[in-house]
Amino acid sequence: MVYALCFVLFVIGLYCTLTKKNIVKIVIGLTIMEYAVNLFLVLLGYRKDGVAPIVEEGAGPLEFLARSVDPLPQALVVTSIVIGLGVTTLAIALCVRLYEKYGTFDISEIRRLKG
Amino acid sequence: MNTLLIPLLVAIPLGGAFFIPLVSRKVRVLADIIGNLATLSVLVIAVLLFQVRTVYSIGGWNASVGITWVLDGFSNLMLVIICLISFVATLFSSQYMERYTAKYKFYSLFLLMVAGMNGVVMTGDMFNLFVFLEIASVASYALVAFGGNHEELEAAFKYLVLASIGSTLVLFGIAFIYGATGYLNMASISQAIRTGPRTPILTLAVVFFTVGFGIKAALVPFHPWLPDAHPSAPAPISAMLSGVLIKALGIYALTRVLFNVIGITPIYGAVLITIGALSMVVGVFLAVGQWDFKRLLAYHSISQMGYVVLGIGLGGYILASGGKQSAAMLAILGGIFHLANHSVFKSLLFLVSGSIEYSTGTRQLKEMGGLLEKMPLTRATCTIASLSIAGVPPFNGFWSKLIIIMAAFQGGYPWLAALTILVSFVTLLSFIKVLRYAFLGHLPESLKAVRESPALMSIALVVLAIFCTCMGLLLIPGAREMILDPAVGALANGVGYAQAVLALR
Repeated sequence: MVYALCFVLFVIGLYCTLTKKNIVKIVIGLTIMEYAVNLFLVLLGYRKDGVAPIVEEGAGPLEFLARSVDPLPQALVVTSIVIGLGVTTLAIALCVRLYEKYGTFDISEIRRLKG
Repeated sequence: MNTLLIPLLVAIPLGGAFFIPLVSRKVRVLADIIGNLATLSVLVIAVLLFQVRTVYSIGGWNASVGITWVLDGFSNLMLVIICLISFVATLFSSQYMERYTAKYKFYSLFLLMVAGMNGVVMTGDMFNLFVFLEIASVASYALVAFGGNHEELEAAFKYLVLASIGSTLVLFGIAFIYGATGYLNMASISQAIRTGPRTPILTLAVVFFTVGFGIKAALVPFHPWLPDAHPSAPAPISAMLSGVLIKALGIYALTRVLFNVIGITPIYGAVLITIGALSMVVGVFLAVGQWDFKRLLAYHSISQMGYVVLGIGLGGYILASGGKQSAAMLAILGGIFHLANHSVFKSLLFLVSGSIEYSTGTRQLKEMGGLLEKMPLTRATCTIASLSIAGVPPFNGFWSKLIIIMAAFQGGYPWLAALTILVSFVTLLSFIKVLRYAFLGHLPESLKAVRESPALMSIALVVLAIFCTCMGLLLIPGAREMILDPAVGALANGVGYAQAVLALR
């Protein structure tokens, strides 16, 4: 059920990316998509009443495994957030340069390439 | 000894990318030297490692928790292709890129892209694949925008948006796979899928991978960014993008995941055949009407990628539906061989277009003409590359297309063979147009002072032209068993990949 909500969020982001005219809004759409996937990854490792995946002193590995949430998706999400940051920064930088050149954020007016 | 060399394939370009901006602000020429040395040393390492089949665990961590890199036949072939083309491209850039300011930034991004691509073809871990995919992609977005003019920025933005959607879909697919199997290591995933039940989640993941990697490979209907992005980049980068980037990030990753991780089924094979045939036809018919030289080449990239996917998909289809084994192997061989050939002749064509643009200052075919006597060397290499891509014997493109056609006949799909021949014919037509308008006819008044391109650029052209002429020799017995068959075997082995990898480590 929660997974379906992630999917809905993803589709909202995709819709925003594909239909909006303002290039900054397109970048926001991309970010929403990314966060939908990040959320999905975190949810994959979630377990009800789980504890943070930090091994305590004295606790055996099996006992730890039985209680903690899955740490791997969290590591993946941290990496993917960093990558997302890089892409978003580059995208915004491109938006600024496009605005300098064309004087508009409207994608339908930024049309020199065709064919 | 050999295993120590493996991390250098990523470490050298990454280190180069870091050091070039540090040292070459003051001393300009250092950027050229470091850039060329880095790509040359990576090429040497890739060739040295060519016969090595091994699994390398990063940081010495056990494969169940750590990240592994796998070298098998297909990875080794891709590594050599990537490193060869990037070396030739840096050779070409050292003079070509003089026209741009901040050349050291160019080299830095270039090496970052090489590091990403080398990582993509070596990795045996799904999430690591995504990370390297993004390293190479982000570098390529910036490189497309490198000129900083209206068109470049617009193309780069379009490319960034579409390719980011692709990467996000790939990450979603990886998340599905992790949720379904609990592994990220390709070999372990493959084993878990084979022993466990095939859930619908896997099908969903395959759809996401196909669309995600399809966007990266610019297959029809995911192609609209390519004809803008590839012509907008500086010529050596167009050569890299068309020559190796769409293959390493798109075709290699897609086939690796479909064949070796999830396991090919007749349906996936049929999808690949459909996408391949569609790309072939749509790409070539869009290309014929183009007058911008680089844009025409970019459309041909789509069409030629269609051949590769058609060949590999046909092989997978025949394998999975239990058809003739020999025909399947032949089809995959044709696909992989065409991939290698295409990276050579398409990068040569893009470098030729760069060389013409360097001398004449235009990319429009209608504004050229009569360059025959002014630029004899460029003309000769351009003719070789054009005949290669059109599939005229004895150049390399002919042999790989011939293999795909033979495989289609043997597998019992004569209409696919007919389609291939038709597309090949239209390709020939459009390149006759290029040769006619660029090199024959009247020399316009404005181009009287044109001279041949400088020495290093010419060397780069000649090296690739020699490869174009000689690569047909890879098919002779002996060379074929050593170079191409391991790559075919790696794909055709299918989910047997898991055993092969687990046995190595």
